[in-house]
Amino acid sequence: MKTIIFLADLDVIKPDPGLILWTTVVFLLIYFVLGKLAFKPIQSALKEREDNIQDALDEAKKAREAMASLKSENEALLKEAQEERSKMLKDARDMSTSILNEAKAKAKEEAKAIVLNAKEEIENQKLAAVTQVKNELGIMVIDLAEKVLRKNLKGDKEQEEYVAKLVDELKMN
Amino acid sequence: MKYGFIIGVIMMNTFALNAAKSNEFYDPVSTVMTHISDANEFHIWKGVHLPLPCFLYAPSSGWTIMSSGQFDHGHKAVDRYVLNHGRVNRISADHFPMGKVEIGEILHKEITDENGKVKEVAYVIYDGEDFILDKPSTLDGGILGGGITSFYDFSITKNVFTMLLSAVLLIIVFILVAKGYRENHGKSPKGIQSLFEVMFVFIRDEVTKPMIGEDKYERFQPFIMTLFFFILFCNLFGLIPFFPGGVNITGNLAVTFTLAIFTFIVTNINGNKHYWEHVFWMPGIPGWVKIILTPVEIMALFIKPFSLMIRLFANISAGHIIILSLIGLIFLFGDNGNSVGGAAVGGVIGMLFTAFMNLIELLVAFLQAFIFAILSASYIGAAVEDHHHEEAH
Repeated sequence: MKTIIFLADLDVIKPDPGLILWTTVVFLLIYFVLGKLAFKPIQSALKEREDNIQDALDEAKKAREAMASLKSENEALLKEAQEERSKMLKDARDMSTSILNEAKAKAKEEAKAIVLNAKEEIENQKLAAVTQVKNELGIMVIDLAEKVLRKNLKGDKEQEEYVAKLVDELKMN
Repeated sequence: MKYGFIIGVIMMNTFALNAAKSNEFYDPVSTVMTHISDANEFHIWKGVHLPLPCFLYAPSSGWTIMSSGQFDHGHKAVDRYVLNHGRVNRISADHFPMGKVEIGEILHKEITDENGKVKEVAYVIYDGEDFILDKPSTLDGGILGGGITSFYDFSITKNVFTMLLSAVLLIIVFILVAKGYRENHGKSPKGIQSLFEVMFVFIRDEVTKPMIGEDKYERFQPFIMTLFFFILFCNLFGLIPFFPGGVNITGNLAVTFTLAIFTFIVTNINGNKHYWEHVFWMPGIPGWVKIILTPVEIMALFIKPFSLMIRLFANISAGHIIILSLIGLIFLFGDNGNSVGGAAVGGVIGMLFTAFMNLIELLVAFLQAFIFAILSASYIGAAVEDHHHEEAH
């Protein structure tokens, strides 16, 4: 008995044409009003924002990549400059060494030449001196001879002593 | 928290005592059924009703447009229309006078109809004669206890009133949200816009996009969004325990039927060649299987929206029935107002369970809106999908 009343009173399972009509009206109202004024504009706004964010991310990535490549370029440039610098330093060092060596060699040569000249000069001087000595000795000898000749030399012994005496005198000069 | 319980218990007891004073025996089933049913006036508080406009059509007497306040809560008949438990009924007998007529109490009796079926009917006694009341026509063809009667009710009922209210609120909210997108263009979302953006994006990314497909979803998105937010707002309005909420909108088969019909129409008018081929002559299977499969597929066309209709209706109705039953514990434990202690125990138990059920119902409100939306989207998705993989069947 109770179940029959229960079913009879359960109005919510009986589709009421009035409620169907009004649900249709309200649903279509929401669909057309909000579809035009809200759902489509919101969708496009969201899409636009998402695209913007994606673009910004892409750009940031690109910028990062560009920066990285710039950095590596800079590094390469720096390395090159450093290499060049060390090369230049090495060249300079080489050059200075070679100049020094050259200068040394030249100085040595010059010194040698000077020494040689000096030796020659000394030889010449010596020769000249010897010549002069010879000449003077000759003159002295002549003088001595003259003196010997002028003194009457009696014996050989006397002559010899005399000569030795003359030589001694000579030495003393 | 503690004081809340005490105040609640005192309030519940007052209700119980009032029920006892009005000398009515508490019938939990009919109370619950009245609460979840549609009505032509909005019961706000004891003795306070919001009259609603009535648009009534009877094939024999044409349109009647009036306010339900004229019925004087069932004490007066207007142009043969009577308010029976908040719902407009009609006296079909032609010799009942038109215009405003004072009537007595609405009574119930059992009669045997022409098919030999016993059924309970409501009637009024006027001039010493019984006049049987006709309920409004329903479209179930008598299967569910309704059927076509002498009139149709196109009134703004309690359900329609709250539905319109939730539609207005929905439209205002979303116009504000859309305005937010215009005003905060190029900026981060603010306020109400951020709240609804989360839901909008969730439905887009979890429902429309994966179910319908990246290239086609935008066409159907307004439809799915309307379904989701309309159901959600109606569900949530149903959970507000006082005016203008507490109305079982989405727990009424007429409402879920209409929504399911929309999904059915949108799905099938957008069905492509492959979809219909799969329904009527599934490719890639032997002929004798096709003979079995084709009727199944044709049935499935209707079973899909039917399941949508039943699922939403049953979930929301069940939630309302459970909460009303738990509140009813106060009156049952209180022995119809005779035992204040019993009512207090019922109040505490009922309130704890009601609070718990309300939280569950809050989840269900979102979940059922989501399920309706995702299943509708998947049916539409199946109808518009391009088939590149014939060998897969």
